[in-house]
Amino acid sequence: MSELKLISVTKRFNQVVAVNKLNLEVQKGECFSFLGPSGCGKTTTLRMIAGFEDLDEGELLVDGEVYSSSYKKYYLPPEKRDFGMVFQAFAVWPHLTVWDNVAFPLQIRRIPKLEMEKRVKEALQSTGLSAIKDLYPSKLSGGEQQRIALARAVAINPKVMLLDEPLSNLDPKLREEMRFEIKDLQRRFGFTILYVTHDQAEAMALSDRMLVMNLGVVQQVGKPLEIYNEPANKFVFSFIGLSNFLKVRVREGKAYPLGQEHGPPISTEAPSKYGESCYAAFRPGEVDLISGSSESGVPAIVTRSTFLGDLVDYRISIGSQEIRVQKPKKNGLLRNGEACRVRINRIHWFPLD
Amino acid sequence: MVDIYTKPKISAAQIVLVFSILVLVVVVGIPVILIFLTAFFEDGKLNIPGFVQILKDPDTYQALWNSLVIAFGTTLVSTTVGVFFAWLVARTDLPFKKTMKALFLVPFMLPSFIGALAWKVLLSPRAGYINKFLMALLGLERAPIDIMSMGGIIVIESMYLFPFVFLQVESALERMDPTLEESARISGAGLLTITRKITLPLVLPSILSGALLVALYSLAHFGVPAILGTEKGIYNIPTKIYERIYSSGGSFRAIRVGTILSTILVISAALILKAQDLLLKKGKYQIIAGKSMRPMLLKLRALRTPLLIVSIIYIGITVILPTVTIFLVGGLKTYGLSFELKNLTWANYLEIFRWKMTKDAIWNSVYLSLGAALVTMLAGTMISYVIVKSRPRGKFILELLGVLPFSLPGTVIALGVILTWSGRFGINIYNTPWIIFVAYIARYMAFSLKSNSAALQQVSDSLEEASRACGATHFQTLKNIVLPLIRPGMISAFFLIFLPALRELTTSVLLYGPTTRTIGVAIYALNEDGETVRAAALASVALIIILVGETSIRNFLARLQKQE
Repeated sequence: MSELKLISVTKRFNQVVAVNKLNLEVQKGECFSFLGPSGCGKTTTLRMIAGFEDLDEGELLVDGEVYSSSYKKYYLPPEKRDFGMVFQAFAVWPHLTVWDNVAFPLQIRRIPKLEMEKRVKEALQSTGLSAIKDLYPSKLSGGEQQRIALARAVAINPKVMLLDEPLSNLDPKLREEMRFEIKDLQRRFGFTILYVTHDQAEAMALSDRMLVMNLGVVQQVGKPLEIYNEPANKFVFSFIGLSNFLKVRVREGKAYPLGQEHGPPISTEAPSKYGESCYAAFRPGEVDLISGSSESGVPAIVTRSTFLGDLVDYRISIGSQEIRVQKPKKNGLLRNGEACRVRINRIHWFPLD
Repeated sequence: MVDIYTKPKISAAQIVLVFSILVLVVVVGIPVILIFLTAFFEDGKLNIPGFVQILKDPDTYQALWNSLVIAFGTTLVSTTVGVFFAWLVARTDLPFKKTMKALFLVPFMLPSFIGALAWKVLLSPRAGYINKFLMALLGLERAPIDIMSMGGIIVIESMYLFPFVFLQVESALERMDPTLEESARISGAGLLTITRKITLPLVLPSILSGALLVALYSLAHFGVPAILGTEKGIYNIPTKIYERIYSSGGSFRAIRVGTILSTILVISAALILKAQDLLLKKGKYQIIAGKSMRPMLLKLRALRTPLLIVSIIYIGITVILPTVTIFLVGGLKTYGLSFELKNLTWANYLEIFRWKMTKDAIWNSVYLSLGAALVTMLAGTMISYVIVKSRPRGKFILELLGVLPFSLPGTVIALGVILTWSGRFGINIYNTPWIIFVAYIARYMAFSLKSNSAALQQVSDSLEEASRACGATHFQTLKNIVLPLIRPGMISAFFLIFLPALRELTTSVLLYGPTTRTIGVAIYALNEDGETVRAAALASVALIIILVGETSIRNFLARLQKQE
């Protein structure tokens, strides 16, 4: 049975629809991410699940039990939901020590002292905080503060863990480290994770399944690889990685860059369903650059090349359009203004806006 | 080392530094030193037994005790009331919140001695209107409420001082990161537990700093105890000092007693400030979120309307009732008549502008507060600049002298100014407006320094360096970069001085001469002479001046802010 079920959930702030008819099922033990740009409604969704926001329409079921329902006007208060939650701004209590922060939810539940000490110890140990348990949070680094928040959330052994951009206040290196720690904690405590983020790499690395959202509307739900390989629309494609959109004219299954209809096609497998013109979308790494004298590929000119270390980043103009290409350094370096030919290996097709 | 630049022997910066130190020494340093010297030395010899003897004197000892009791009681009541209303406005779904918030700050505008005057009219045991009404209604022999008591003084002071706490706590509650409470909620805590274990401890530093401000203020407050206490023989330190000096016609012995009591006041104030410093340092943590979200509000449900009514009644009793009383009494043909139309007249009000004593008082207050505000603002800007921006040797003297005014009660400043400016150094300005002017500068220097240095700290050094790098001289940089940037701080310093100086009583009551009464002194003197109606009429005029001043300034500042 699914652990968490959202049925046609809608939330409005004044006239703005923040979340529009969201349907979703999350399985027990799953790590599920909400991905989208800021203001897309992902945090609002999480806050509705936590119980901080009422629903304008729809229902939320946990383990088959109604937690929120706009129809019954019933809302289980957040403090009764037994969820764990971690916020972006850490939200550790500055007037309590690390130990007291973590013990707080257990004290509220009147857990017997011995049991409580055991659980606090375990939570501190699994987050690597045992050595600093008597310090106050203001003396600690951002990473340590976020670990306190994590320890506090796992201490009650929650069935569901809500994480609201928990890593975006940390520096990039620490962020990667903490991803693994969160996965480790999940393995040890066995909770379901609902994870909100705007960082697609984070979502891919962590999630079993994820949901891409924009302007309150679900764009696609699926496994990270599915979403990467089969993006449902132009928005999803552009949001989960570097992307190029080349306008093409389609004639008899062949796609020509706009304005270059008399040269060689960029693909011979273009779909006809979008009519005469559409977008050919591809990642900067899926492009081969062949030297200008070659016969195959579309002629192009390097307008800018930037050396990034392992990679070389090119801006390449095809007629009046510009695309971005990234190739390993070992493939050699093309110079600015050099003519070349372009071959694209993997293309997604999207209709014009 | 060879210096390739030829430096002038004395740089402009040094002149400014020396001048700044000089201003603070003359205005603040010397008066304070003279108070201590007079308190501890007699005829050039250290006189500790004399000091102790005066403290042991039951009369002065009682005043000291009363001051402490009043300060403690007022702090307790103000803090309770202030925290409760702050919580109500910031954390519940009380209706008309914005209006209510503005209304809770109105008691700030009402000078507390005018409030006390109104309450004396209403609740004095002999002739208070409400007491008379209750006695008639309930058939009582004696007045049910005696406002002219220690309890009365505490309640009335609290009415007008609680905004200190309200303001601090309300803004802390409003700016606090809501996820701090939300994470407690998701941890399983209900709203009452969160308020007790998370919210209140987190705003405790704000509560304490508001409470200590109230303590500092009420410890050395003259107006309310003078109006409600002296008639009944209840004195605190400031009223005792006043009584001694005036009953002895300004004898040196009385002044000496005054300096000893002042020393106690200064020490208590310094202790309070030190305590505040320690507490704030300990509770120094960031509770303010980067992104602002709506904090969760307690649904009052059935209590919503009753609590709104309680708030409105509170404001009605503390603000509207005394104001209306003052205006009505000011219009009475004779004091003691009932408030019927046939007993009321405009003549009293017109007389205020015709009668020399009241006319002088209004004029004195207006020009003294305008002048003091202007001078203190400019001097404060200069001194703050030296303290914040240039870091010369000897800066610590400036810093020390700069904080000193914070711990000096108005009575102490008045005494120090008397000791300094009545001929000891060849200048005698006693009985002239200048002595009040000098005292105002000393009294309000702290406000100016605070406001100006806050503004200057916002101006990063690199802005000045960028200007110098563009080829501007130091002076051009000051004129074109620094001054425009700190202008809001300077303007707010001006009004922070002008408005309280306009209604000042504590300091000027010890310094006034026959023609140099201020509005505060005039109201107080009229009340002392039993001229309650005239006192009330003048108080009404003062209230109108203050109200017009406050509103036009608030509009002006709002417009200024919009421009920036």
